[in-house]
Amino acid sequence: MDEGSRPSLPGIMKLDNILARRIFERADLCRAFEEAAFRQIQHGNIRIPTYLSAGQEYAPATLSVALETAGIRQRQIFIQHRGHSTYLCFGGDIDELTLELLGDPRGCAYGMGGSASIHSVAANIYGHDGLMGSHGPIAVGMCYANRVPTICFVGDAAAEEDYFLGAIGWASTKRLPIIFVVEDNNLSILTEKKVRRNWEMDEVARGFRMKAFDVDDDPEQILACLDATTGLFAEPMLLNIRTNRLFWHAGAGIDSTETFDRHRAFAVRFEPAYRADVQQRQRETVEKTWQRHLQSCVK
Amino acid sequence: MATTSPILREVIKETIRHHLTVENGLAMGQCLTAVGWVGGTLPEIYEEGGMVELSMADVAGGGFAVGAALAGRRPIYVIRFQGFNWFNAPIIVNYACKSKEIWRRPCPMFIRSIAMEGAIGPVAGSSHHALYYRMPGVKIYSPMTPEEYRVTYREFMAGDDVFYVSEHRGAYTNADELSDIVHEQPDYVLCPLSITRFAAVKASQELLAEGIKVAVHHIFRVKPFASGEAMLRSLGRCAVGGCVLDDDYPDGIAKSLAHDLAELSKTPMAALGLQKRSAGFAASVDNLPPDAATIASFVRRKLGIAK
Repeated sequence: MDEGSRPSLPGIMKLDNILARRIFERADLCRAFEEAAFRQIQHGNIRIPTYLSAGQEYAPATLSVALETAGIRQRQIFIQHRGHSTYLCFGGDIDELTLELLGDPRGCAYGMGGSASIHSVAANIYGHDGLMGSHGPIAVGMCYANRVPTICFVGDAAAEEDYFLGAIGWASTKRLPIIFVVEDNNLSILTEKKVRRNWEMDEVARGFRMKAFDVDDDPEQILACLDATTGLFAEPMLLNIRTNRLFWHAGAGIDSTETFDRHRAFAVRFEPAYRADVQQRQRETVEKTWQRHLQSCVK
Repeated sequence: MATTSPILREVIKETIRHHLTVENGLAMGQCLTAVGWVGGTLPEIYEEGGMVELSMADVAGGGFAVGAALAGRRPIYVIRFQGFNWFNAPIIVNYACKSKEIWRRPCPMFIRSIAMEGAIGPVAGSSHHALYYRMPGVKIYSPMTPEEYRVTYREFMAGDDVFYVSEHRGAYTNADELSDIVHEQPDYVLCPLSITRFAAVKASQELLAEGIKVAVHHIFRVKPFASGEAMLRSLGRCAVGGCVLDDDYPDGIAKSLAHDLAELSKTPMAALGLQKRSAGFAASVDNLPPDAATIASFVRRKLGIAK
């Protein structure tokens, strides 16, 4: 992509009410999906290791809305495990995700990907292979080869992989149109970040001469990072977005009921009637999807 | 043995020139444009023409090439020493080789993995193609002749697979095609791959001078391996058995192929490769692939002939 055709986002990065609603509705669909998946694990209908993304909806919800608002349709998204929300936010098919979790060959990864390695050809979403962080170098290589705007979502643990750091370095060297989004829930399974390292990803990225920010998963803060640039993909960037995992690392369980919930906090800005309407609508959509496929899936 | 020109080095160079200038492909690797251009096998083309210098991050570099493959650029990924695959292979074998099966997204790439022998130490010496051999979704070819290299590239471009191309610097000056050596009733059968093919031919010729008939059936397509009728016929008719020769450790491809051939031919098979120890730099502690004298001695022992 040459300089002249790089999309910029002047004026859209303010969180007005329209943008906020779009982000909320998208995040709520993800939350409804994950809550339903939680129940299906408990009921024994999902029998594979499942990495629920409840609590982490706002990074993908905000960024996907920002890209759409900017008219950036040609993009490629790389995700890893705990990627259900990212998949749904960036246009992945909810029926195919449901089927995938049920192990059905009609699933988004034909039953091969499970929860961890989902993908979508239609939405240009690339799954990962199970080696934590390996999608970082792959995203960089693909971005180098086709110069298509690229977002690579990674966890704070996978980002520690040496090859992921090497990928950030080369993306910076080549000034690629790529955004690394570190979904920093502070946990590797249950091992906290402070046990594993004494540095932060945004510091590392800046060391590689890359624009980088460390923010909460508040849409206003995320959008402010985008506003701080001259164009969304004008240069490589890393966003370390602090978020919270509400459920277990894998499976249906809750580590703590005290965990901060961004979705609950963000919802209070809306009128109760609107909020209730959205939540009812998204849950109906999700429940119908599950019921439809629980009946028909290939066990 | 029919003589053709040019030599293998020139064929590789022209193949890559074609790939970059005609096919919109990429060549990626470390220190490509340094003095020597990887043993003279690269055309003098720079990044704007598709010759991409990577950082020295080996594991990430393999991933960059995989990403370029996903983008459809069919990268030729150059690994200057096969031993560097210990770092370069993980993302290739776990993503590129599985992508078509898991996601139905082909990830075609051409891995030029280069072996060499002698005074190059414990990692850089010899072939390490067994690293890839056990994994699904990869084709392993070991072209030692100009025409074999052309065939390898043609098959790569015609399909959507990951190709591990096990090269050997010792073959770069070779201009000849290698034909099988066939005897109606062989005493022994050699099935060599990579650089051992040249030594096997030489050993067969030396042994024939002693009245020992040793058939040689070259292995160029290592995986998927097709033994071919001629190889099985020789094994079926031989007096004692056969041996797979490799310049990797024998506890890998050589023993696997020997096992397959033994099952198919009902003939006792052996495997001969590197000695089971690390190589050192000094000549006294180096670990070289079996040469003609070693192979000839091995065959004589198998036949119970003292010399």
